[in-house]
Amino acid sequence: MAAVLESLLREEVSVAAAVRWIARSAQSSEEDAGEAAALRSLQPLRKEFVPFLLNFLREQSSRVVPQGPPTPAKAPGSSAALPGRPGGPPRGGRGARSQLFPPTEPLSAAAEAPSARRGGRRRGAGPARERGGRGPGSLEEGVGAESLLWAGSRRPRAAGSPGSPSRARCDPPNLSNLEEFPPVGSVPPGGAGTRPSRRINPTPVSEERSLSKPKTCFTSPPISCVPGAQPSVLDSSPWGQGPAAGCRSLQEEREMLRKERSKQLQQSPAPACPTPEPGSTLPTRTGSLTAEPADPAKVSSRQRLELVALVYSACIAENLVPNLFLELFFVLQLLTARRMVAAKDSDLEPSPGVLDSLESPLFQSVHDCVFFAVQVLEHQFQVLSYLDKGTLKLLAENERLLCFSPALQGRLRAAYEGSVAKVSLAMPPSVQAVSFQPETDNRANFSSDRAFHTFKKQRDVFYEVLREWEDRHEEPGWDFEKGLGSRIRAMMGQLSAACSHSHFVRLFQKQLLQMCQSPGGAGGTILGEAPDVLNMLGADKLGRLRRLQERLAAPQSSCGPCPPPSFPGCQGFFRDFILSASSFQFNQHLMDSLSLKIRELNSLVLPHPEPSDEDGESDVDWQGERRQFAVVLLSLRLLAKFLGFVAFLPYRGPEPPPTRELQDSILALRSQVPPVLDVRALLQQGLRAHRAVLTVPWLVEFLSLADHIVPMLDYYRSIFTLLLHLHRSLVLSKDGEGEMCFLNKLLLLAVLGWLFQIPTVPEDLFFVEEGQVDVFEVDTKTSEHGLDGVPVVDQHLLYTCCPYIGELRKLLASWVSGSSGRSGGFVRKITPTTTTSLGALPLRTTQGLQAQLAQAFFHNQPPSLRRTVEFVAERIGSNCVKHIKATLVADLVRQAESLLQEQLVTQRQEGGDPGQLLEILCSQLCPHGAQALTQGREFCQKKSPGAVQALLPEETPAAVLSSAENIAVGLATEKACTWLSANITALIRREVKAAVSRMLRAQGPEPAVREDRRGCSRAFADQIPVLGPPTQHRLERGQARRLLHMLLSLWKDDFQVPVPLQLLLRPRNVGLLADTRPREWDLLLFLLRELVEKGLMGQKEIEACLDSLHEAQWPEDFAEELATLFNLFLAEPQVPEPQLRACELVQPNRGTVLAQS
Amino acid sequence: MILTKAQYDEIAQCLVSVPPTRQSLRKLKQRFPSQSQATLLSIFSQEYQKHIKRTHAKHHTSEAIESYYQRYLDGVGKNGAAPVLLELANEVDYAPSLMARIILERFLQEHKETPPSKSVINSLLRDPSQIPDGVLANQVYQCIVNDCCYGPLVDCIKHAIGHEHEILLRDLLLEKNLSFLDEDQLRAKGYDKTPDFILQVPIAVEGHIIHWIESKASFGDECSHHAYLHDQFWSYWNRFGPGLVIYWYGFIQELDCNRERGILLKACFPTDIVTLCHGAAAP
Repeated sequence: MAAVLESLLREEVSVAAAVRWIARSAQSSEEDAGEAAALRSLQPLRKEFVPFLLNFLREQSSRVVPQGPPTPAKAPGSSAALPGRPGGPPRGGRGARSQLFPPTEPLSAAAEAPSARRGGRRRGAGPARERGGRGPGSLEEGVGAESLLWAGSRRPRAAGSPGSPSRARCDPPNLSNLEEFPPVGSVPPGGAGTRPSRRINPTPVSEERSLSKPKTCFTSPPISCVPGAQPSVLDSSPWGQGPAAGCRSLQEEREMLRKERSKQLQQSPAPACPTPEPGSTLPTRTGSLTAEPADPAKVSSRQRLELVALVYSACIAENLVPNLFLELFFVLQLLTARRMVAAKDSDLEPSPGVLDSLESPLFQSVHDCVFFAVQVLEHQFQVLSYLDKGTLKLLAENERLLCFSPALQGRLRAAYEGSVAKVSLAMPPSVQAVSFQPETDNRANFSSDRAFHTFKKQRDVFYEVLREWEDRHEEPGWDFEKGLGSRIRAMMGQLSAACSHSHFVRLFQKQLLQMCQSPGGAGGTILGEAPDVLNMLGADKLGRLRRLQERLAAPQSSCGPCPPPSFPGCQGFFRDFILSASSFQFNQHLMDSLSLKIRELNSLVLPHPEPSDEDGESDVDWQGERRQFAVVLLSLRLLAKFLGFVAFLPYRGPEPPPTRELQDSILALRSQVPPVLDVRALLQQGLRAHRAVLTVPWLVEFLSLADHIVPMLDYYRSIFTLLLHLHRSLVLSKDGEGEMCFLNKLLLLAVLGWLFQIPTVPEDLFFVEEGQVDVFEVDTKTSEHGLDGVPVVDQHLLYTCCPYIGELRKLLASWVSGSSGRSGGFVRKITPTTTTSLGALPLRTTQGLQAQLAQAFFHNQPPSLRRTVEFVAERIGSNCVKHIKATLVADLVRQAESLLQEQLVTQRQEGGDPGQLLEILCSQLCPHGAQALTQGREFCQKKSPGAVQALLPEETPAAVLSSAENIAVGLATEKACTWLSANITALIRREVKAAVSRMLRAQGPEPAVREDRRGCSRAFADQIPVLGPPTQHRLERGQARRLLHMLLSLWKDDFQVPVPLQLLLRPRNVGLLADTRPREWDLLLFLLRELVEKGLMGQKEIEACLDSLHEAQWPEDFAEELATLFNLFLAEPQVPEPQLRACELVQPNRGTVLAQS
Repeated sequence: MILTKAQYDEIAQCLVSVPPTRQSLRKLKQRFPSQSQATLLSIFSQEYQKHIKRTHAKHHTSEAIESYYQRYLDGVGKNGAAPVLLELANEVDYAPSLMARIILERFLQEHKETPPSKSVINSLLRDPSQIPDGVLANQVYQCIVNDCCYGPLVDCIKHAIGHEHEILLRDLLLEKNLSFLDEDQLRAKGYDKTPDFILQVPIAVEGHIIHWIESKASFGDECSHHAYLHDQFWSYWNRFGPGLVIYWYGFIQELDCNRERGILLKACFPTDIVTLCHGAAAP
């Protein structure tokens, strides 16, 4: 791997070629032969490159004192490659930092043949999941691979394992050797038994996150925060609130490590890489650290950093990294590095000759880190520009960024200023009961009076439990099981009949959706923004609001960009309820019910706007549909998460099975159990139907709660394969016809990236052999009907689904807040950047109250009532806009047209330009747009009540009906007026513009040409009598002839298309001559001759036209004259102009003459 | 009429030692002139009931019953017209109606072979003229009419007052043009727990949405309110969402603490009502 980097740095291989090489297995022909050859030899290593690179970067940055929590780097595919490989110098506690590409092995170990070393190291029998067995690799590979051991370098256990430096040198530990490095938290197998290890370091897991097993993997080493002992997995309960490893143990670990290192340094002959001075204290996370200033002038090796940044960025862009946001987080950590731990001087000075190789550390100073980070950020600008306003602001205001790349800063600032998307906060859910519906909740649906009575009682018990939980769960020392467990079980005990279970599950599920669906959920969809907030806060939850604000003022310490799955807020109640109930009947009914609802919602036809006719009309429908999508998506995610929780609950344990045998037997057992819901089929359908943006996010939630065995089962493995393929295909920079929308992609990348970091998902999954992937062709090209191509995801939804993206902002905010807080790392005190609106909540405004009333109104009504009202409002609102367009706007356009007529005349005289003309027109007409609101209101007022009335049952009580009508009117009006007030001006402008250009087109070819033909258009505009030539407008003969000449030349020279001149000779047009006295036949004859002459019409053609004129009814005299003309035309041969002149000579009386002759 | 906990405690303290007589009530009225008669009576009655509940058991031991019965017999033996039973009740600090019930039960046990059923006793208490023994009938009657906290007469009055307030509330709702379903209609629809009125279109009272209104013609003290919460109000909430309870005779202010959660207390029909307006949602 290192060889590849080396080649790059030596410029033997271009970055583009390298990335092509990494991304695609096939060598493309465009590469130059040298490159191809250079890379081909490295072919077997291709898929190890990315993990190598990621780990290399983490490794290189290990001396950085960072902001924030550790950057997890679950990029252990590399470790997949490790087993059985000769490791490099010892890592970990023994500390020697790898020399990446030692030209010669300076150490004694180097003398050993790789094979010998390998043999020496392979003590244990192949561990269960040893992925070793790699073929003989080159030396480089072997040595290169060692740098992958970064993770190990912080492995606490390393300190305790073969500790002697000499041993370490001679017999470097195989980090994949499970005996030497038993899995985190596991009981070291006594002797032979080993098992797969996850080469990942722990991070203290905050307590509320402890759902995921403490073993936690999101935890590879933080930059410079040496992870301590793996949090012990003492808790036997898989969901227990295991104690998190505190910083103290990290501290101890670090201390141990440090001692170990320094010991080694003293003993090892040639420390090849930077290590702290024996006496130097490593930074601790307790002191506050002032940030070292970063200076672009002091960057040590620009070219090298640029190259690596380029390759790294390319890997990110191609989705070769498992988690986009994790990498961004890492990069921001580099950007905000406080300082670097001092390294030995000798290490810092690259030895001559090896400059620009990887010999010397990549990051030698904070300057290097910042330079690198800014380089990468420049490449990632597109993604950055989609981040929330707060993050953009912090980035744009980051002084280091400004200093290193003013250009990027400028773009970020522009993006910040242009960002309109708001990220509203996750709102605390409000507790509202599921209403009692006599239609379903009646005796007829129960087997006995007793069952019905039990059901009714249950509702009261359930809510009593819920209320108590609400009151007490935040009290210290309160325990769900202790407080409520027995009451819940007693209640479950009463649900004897199966139908009682299903009834209760219905209540449970409804309440779950009602309480936990986040913002915009049940309540929020109806009345716009401010009421949304209110709804989410509940009727009047000032207390909640206050708590929320407090939480915002001091948000929980970040747990990094890859938090384990958790059940925040009210979800905790439902999780604990399920656990405490511990009723298999309940669980089964719940799974059935959840599965059904998931299927139902997943296949819901979400209307998306018909491709609009280039105008924004469909925008009217747009907001509502986007909101509907969000509601469906969030519901699905919630349901799927609980389904996953319940379905995998019986299998969940803190650890994977300890032995291979056990695992095999479990696999055999599990593989014959049908999945609780055929998620694979749903995924395949979703991909095929281009609805990945809906299906994948909930599937990820479901899978995130899977147990350790699940990913090994063929069925689920194939799902992961599909997801991996999908992940790779979501290249953000691809943009164009048929591509998935950017934010849709970003959402999928975020959730998938998160999934790949889940502890139960094996780390080698991401870097899987590509050959296995083509199970199903993933096609991100969207079809016309797919949701994927519709911008259904907005920033709000993205952040709601992936709150961890907000970690980026927190990280940047902690940088701003100066010296870090008590932990020396991430600061708790964070100034919220997006909360201002919350302070000024219109809690009791009339409007807010009205919105609440409208919401409340539906609560005790059958659901169909609400659907009806919403439907009516939606349609009427949309129709209203169409109506306004057809009436008001159309009128304005007509006005514009007549104004334009006038203006054109004036303009011609004054020589104004059309653009100005448009402006004048718009400024005159747009103010009339204000009428749209009044008219829109009237329209909705008039139309909605009738529609509601027609759709509701006859028996609806009058008060209910009239309220429903009023709400429909209000909603329709709001919808229409919101759209109109935002868009009417633009709409009028656009229509007027279209009308103007239509007219101008009608006036002449193109504005430019028109200018030249001014005389001609003048002729058209006011010199030719338009209808029946009234005598006073008769042209003078000379004028008429000149005009005919002009027309002829226009037809001949200027028209690009055939002119339908035969129309001239239609009876109607020729008939115009009949009324004139004297009839100017000579001019007509002249015209006809000229037409032939100029090749505009054929002789025969004209003859045919004249012939057909006979058929029409003419005054007798006219018919005769016409016949004469016809004969004349036929008789006279083609005459050139002079002869025509002769014709002219007799003009004054020609008509009469002709007539008489 | 809305009392603070401290005010309430002061009144309750006063009541500890007085017998449940009209005289006591008059004294109470003098002591707390600012409180309405009805409120004081309601508090008085509730406090007395609490007192009786506490002491109920000691009056029902067989020794106590025997001794009361004996004293009754002795008393009426001397003078059948004297209010023997009433005085005995006052003397031992027990509710006259309940004392009458004890004696009546004891009397019937003696004169019938089978112990009398509860319904028989109740009907005899409601109409003492049916009591076979004329003297006892008279004594029981005296007890019942003189007891202002217990007994069929008081029950009847309470029921009437409750009903009256429901009617009052109904009229107010009609007057305000708020449409509702009443308890009977709700029962017919199949609802299991039903407040007095469900609003067909919710309203906002003092900024809180309410779906239902329950009328209570009593004073809301801690004890009764908690019982109501558990048996009625939360059940309504569980089914219909937030609602309003009107304690016509007032309540302890501190109990009105569930507003945020959806139980609102008032001592009268609210004035700050916001209804869903026409075209409410228009911006």
